[in-house]
Amino acid sequence: MVLLTRKIEFSASHRYHNPNLSAEENRRIFGKCNNPHGHGHNYTLQVTIEGEPDPVTGMVLDLKELKEILESEVMQRMDHRHLNYEVAELAGQIPTCENIARVIWQLLEPKITQGRLHRVRLYESPDLFADCYRNGANGAGKS
Amino acid sequence: MNSPLKVELGRRYHFSASHRLHSPQLSEEENCRVFGKCNNPYGHGHNYVVEVSMSGDIDPATGMIANLADLDSFVERHVLEEFDHKSLNEDAPAFRAKVPTTENLCIEIFQRLKSFHKAKLERIRVEETGNNSFEYAGDSLEGNQP
Repeated sequence: MVLLTRKIEFSASHRYHNPNLSAEENRRIFGKCNNPHGHGHNYTLQVTIEGEPDPVTGMVLDLKELKEILESEVMQRMDHRHLNYEVAELAGQIPTCENIARVIWQLLEPKITQGRLHRVRLYESPDLFADCYRNGANGAGKS
Repeated sequence: MNSPLKVELGRRYHFSASHRLHSPQLSEEENCRVFGKCNNPYGHGHNYVVEVSMSGDIDPATGMIANLADLDSFVERHVLEEFDHKSLNEDAPAFRAKVPTTENLCIEIFQRLKSFHKAKLERIRVEETGNNSFEYAGDSLEGNQP
């Protein structure tokens, strides 16, 4: 099996706020991330596909195809958007790195027809990221 | 966990420390041969990066596996306060009897962080420089069970 990874970057704003909690609890749990008008990040997304290279093309998946999937599923949905208000798949969820990575997995997984989605890694900043794997997959550590 | 997906939180921390690779079980000459420049008598330092990976269920109320403020303060107390701007050989009891290679440092940091009870420690990755990194995911039965 070979792993292939493509990286894209997008910029978006968000705010952590749970309407079921009091204003005080929201501030205590989410700190600065609860500031009323939100804030933004430059996100870096690394998408890893697993598979065997096609004997004719030598490719696990045509990178052009992956690029188009990432453009339509991720960039058009999330780039220069407010994740709380403009991304239907995140409605009702706090747009943390963990939740965004999981939503991106759910968006990409059915679109990858050559090879198989192996990992979604989303960096919110260079020091904070979330990984999403298929439970029990190799590389997901012990489960 | 029955979910078909597994989500991990990754957080990177930075500290600077000095070390010297020297084994009392080897002769001066062997130390020099095995460890090269890293055996220079007065030590040298690195800017270390510690990458911590935690797994767990995402709490629907917060969207989080673990609150970063809790994880940050735990790592601060158990790792950064212990090693930042210190000599690993002289100041860290863990390295009195062990060579402070980054392999051993990885294991030591894993042992220190596995008691974090709000998520499950999956692995520790330590970058000694931008070109060298080491990972430890515990032995098969290791790791906490939140």
